[in-house]
Amino acid sequence: MALQSLDITSRSATTTPSPGVRQTQKVAKLIDISKCIGCKACQVACMEWNDLRDEIGTNHGVYDNPLDLTDKSWTVMRFSEVELEKGKLEWLIRKDGCMHCADPGCLKACPAPGAIVQYSNGIVDFHEEHCIGCGYCITGCPFNIPRLSKKDDKVYKCTLCSDRVSVGMEPACVKTCPTGALVFGSKEDMIQHAEERIVDLKSRGYNNAGLYDPPGVGGTHVMYVLQHADQPQIYNGLPKDPQISLLVELWKGVLKPIMSLGLGLVALTGFFHYVTVGPNEVKEDANENQHGR
Amino acid sequence: MTNHWVDIKNANLVLVMGGNAAEAHPCGFKWVTEAKAHNKAKLIVVDPRFTRSAAVADYYAPVRAGSDIAFLGGVINYLLTNNKIQHEYVKAYTDAGFIVRTDYTFEDGVFSGYDETKRKYDKSTWMYELGADGYVKTDPTLTNPRCVFNLMKTHYARYTPELVSSITGTPKEQFLKVCEMIAETSAPDRTMTIMYALGWTQHSVGAQMIRTAAMVQLLLGNIGMVGGGMNALRGHSNIQGLTDLGLLSEALPGYLTLPKEAETDYKAYIEKRVQKPLRPGQFSYWQNYGKFHVSLMKAWYGDAAHKDNNFAFDYLPKLDKPHDILQVFEDMHQGKLNGYFCQGFNPLAAFPCKAKVGRALTKLKYLVTIDPLVTETSTFWENHGEYNDVDPAKIQTEVFRLPSTCFAEEDGSLVSSSRVLQWHWKGADPTAEAKSDLEIVAGIFLRLRGLYQKEGGAFPDPILKVTWNYAILSAPSPEEIAREYSGKALDDLMDPKDKTKVVRKAGEQLDGFGQLTDDGKTACGCWIFSGAWSEKGNLMGRRDNSDPSGLGITLNWAYAWPSNRRVQYNRASCDPSGKPWDPKRKLIGWNGAKWAGVDVPDFKPDAAPEDAMNPFIMNSEGVGRFFVVDKMGDGPFPEHYEPFESPLDVNPLHPKNPKAKNSPAARVFKDDLDQFGDAKEFPYVATTYRLTEHFHYWTKHTKLAAIMQPEQFVEIGEDLAKMKNIKSGDRVRVRSIRGFIKAVAVVTKRIRTLEVYGKKVYTVGIPIHWGFQGLAPNGFIANTLTPSVGDANTQTPEFKAFLVTIDKL
Repeated sequence: MALQSLDITSRSATTTPSPGVRQTQKVAKLIDISKCIGCKACQVACMEWNDLRDEIGTNHGVYDNPLDLTDKSWTVMRFSEVELEKGKLEWLIRKDGCMHCADPGCLKACPAPGAIVQYSNGIVDFHEEHCIGCGYCITGCPFNIPRLSKKDDKVYKCTLCSDRVSVGMEPACVKTCPTGALVFGSKEDMIQHAEERIVDLKSRGYNNAGLYDPPGVGGTHVMYVLQHADQPQIYNGLPKDPQISLLVELWKGVLKPIMSLGLGLVALTGFFHYVTVGPNEVKEDANENQHGR
Repeated sequence: MTNHWVDIKNANLVLVMGGNAAEAHPCGFKWVTEAKAHNKAKLIVVDPRFTRSAAVADYYAPVRAGSDIAFLGGVINYLLTNNKIQHEYVKAYTDAGFIVRTDYTFEDGVFSGYDETKRKYDKSTWMYELGADGYVKTDPTLTNPRCVFNLMKTHYARYTPELVSSITGTPKEQFLKVCEMIAETSAPDRTMTIMYALGWTQHSVGAQMIRTAAMVQLLLGNIGMVGGGMNALRGHSNIQGLTDLGLLSEALPGYLTLPKEAETDYKAYIEKRVQKPLRPGQFSYWQNYGKFHVSLMKAWYGDAAHKDNNFAFDYLPKLDKPHDILQVFEDMHQGKLNGYFCQGFNPLAAFPCKAKVGRALTKLKYLVTIDPLVTETSTFWENHGEYNDVDPAKIQTEVFRLPSTCFAEEDGSLVSSSRVLQWHWKGADPTAEAKSDLEIVAGIFLRLRGLYQKEGGAFPDPILKVTWNYAILSAPSPEEIAREYSGKALDDLMDPKDKTKVVRKAGEQLDGFGQLTDDGKTACGCWIFSGAWSEKGNLMGRRDNSDPSGLGITLNWAYAWPSNRRVQYNRASCDPSGKPWDPKRKLIGWNGAKWAGVDVPDFKPDAAPEDAMNPFIMNSEGVGRFFVVDKMGDGPFPEHYEPFESPLDVNPLHPKNPKAKNSPAARVFKDDLDQFGDAKEFPYVATTYRLTEHFHYWTKHTKLAAIMQPEQFVEIGEDLAKMKNIKSGDRVRVRSIRGFIKAVAVVTKRIRTLEVYGKKVYTVGIPIHWGFQGLAPNGFIANTLTPSVGDANTQTPEFKAFLVTIDKL
């Protein structure tokens, strides 16, 4: 959760319009896996900026540490040893974290009003003070990103440093990345930058190099340059064609109108109550009376 | 580095070998990604493991740990047989045409002059033929069979691709692919940079590995060039400064050398070091040795160093032998040392054979550690179960722990791998009672001096007469020390061309080492740093990154030694006529009157090309050396020798000569000889290394780094794992003849089984960062396993290739 100075375009479980007088530029973080050396400086920067410290864990027989995203580790490096051609080993290192979908499954799934918002720059942010800890956003996320905290029953994930971005700075991970594998800017510029990188990768024999900006979720505000864009799943299970879970679509597409109908019925009942019984009256001295008892 | 970090972006080819820059130097590695992204550069990684550097490489080739000379010697052979060398460069700027003495020989792995009992060479035959004029005889046609070029050709003709592949385990086609890529940079407008680190240094033949690579670069004409060079990546802030300031047992500041025991005559001591030109018209810059030495003695002893006492020559200790770390701990182990000061060092963790180091420390009367953290060394007497199984009741060593500041808690200069002295300002006050190293050492000095003043002694002058005129005697400031090493005039300095003009008045800071004199009129604590703090002020504090050429030459950013030069040997970036080999990447050039350009010329500024002065001005020959004459302890040409613990029974280059299995001149102490493991009992090749997430044994004290890489592990390939029934995440024990460690196994495709000389060789990778202090879970000190044997030149231990066995727990 971060500052609200950015303009909000949609809020979870809310029907009233979001503030929309100002528009900010659509932003994106580009993760160029072909430049990533897996140093984990981004993981450290994330914890430092957000004042988080995960547990000191153990080694699980791999370089990944912490082993998975947690309520305190909002980004982790995922290391994959891949041999597409015999004898041609690749060590693909993918920085995992929230993709900031243009069509965010988490926000769609969230039943708590205003707990998940999307800013006009594209960042999807959790406002944990409104979170009810139901975990629907976890079901709604096609990338398995949000994590429920055992400490406070709230869900946490990468904010794309919305607090930094709102004051014109790049996310902490981008700031710290030593090799330029992480870059940040307008989505348009990032797509252009990616295209240049793809030309370079193709010249080095990566014929299937490409940009990962999956249309199934309306595109994302965190994108990858992949050496093998035809096989995203080799990057530690990056989904090939991510979609919002059917349950969530059902919830939004079919069940929600029924729910709305239910809400309508409640309102209608209230109306009839009003016309038949009259308004609920609150006496001005109600509090005093209560205290008096 | 001969070049500098930013310059790597200019390379056409980057070879990372003997190091793992992405892992150990992630910030500097950005210049490799820059070279790839904007200079279309290719990156080759040659390493026993597929490393983080290999993860972003264009080409990776595996190599057996400890066989790099075989690999690089094979590259030399490839370049010579395929005629892929920069001919003009080799002819003009190297010793290729120099004639070598007829009594120099190389027979079945051993060079002439070997004394087996001393394990040392008499190097007198490793020399050129000199004419009556005192100059080296040469054959510019390169046809004389005794010229360096032909001797080199013969020497490396043995390194055929087949034999190289057999020794190194690198598949032949992969070796040849690397050769092809390297050979492309023999074109005058293409350069390769070589980035290496401790993966080359830490072998019994480490210095020669580096030299073999330098020879490759000379053949390709890549030394002195933009995007070229031999680039040693220094891992430890401020290890470059440490070597520059001579914090080694044989050294004085600025790569000057201490006298040896026999060198009691001052004149002879200086004369031996003042190198006269070996070819006509050469600069031979070490001719100025006397100026550097006298200025150093004036900085240390002021008026007490004068002509009549040979500038206090007798105050200098005279060395009986090198007192490097292995020697010191050997002496300590033999009970010959009473006390040991350990400043910014953690020998129990950092030195080989932990058991020996631990035993040695128990024989001291006292140990002083100066460190910001609680080190394993300072608590070597504590019992930490298996991690440090000692009985404190039996250890009588008295330990004093003096807490010092961290680098961010003090002002001062650090020297980067680029040779850039960069000033830094403290970011925080020290905690609790911590004092800066300057204050601690000053305090010890003042008390010692007090004792000498009170009690006298056999020879108190070297202590009593030290110049100590700091504003606060107990706390010299970094600024005062910096001015002292940069140097000042003690008397008015006259212009040598016009004796009526004063160049610098007495008391003024000097502009550079060109102003140093050998008559006592100048004082300079480290001649190569001279000019860093001139009358213009503290040039190390400059932060102007403007780069007029776009080549990354930022002359107003801090101060690079020597003389603020960014690319060393840059005269070699031009052809003999003074025009750049590559006009698109011009560093300097001859403009008709002088050498000028975007960098500070590494040359006599007014020496015209027709004077035929050569670019390697620090060498008395004026040229780069393939044949290193008597400068190295283990041979004038590098030769592959097996590590002292090798999976092979013989050196495949000399299968019939057991004397040539390992480096004949590497230093081994008697007691350590029985401490070498045999391949029958310890069949696997082990190599130790660092991880990005940690810095040596320090960062396990910080929570964030401990989170990133919490627990000790070792890496093995899939074949060995299958043989030993080990799965990723299992706990294993790794044992060498010297002890064992336990760790989690990481089973990986990144470590391949290699076919070496008819047998399969399996590698065990051992990260070093754990110990029994800090926030990360306790682990075993990796150097429990490593052997105590040193390189013949540097005495650096062989941490990178030894034998172990491994079992599942």
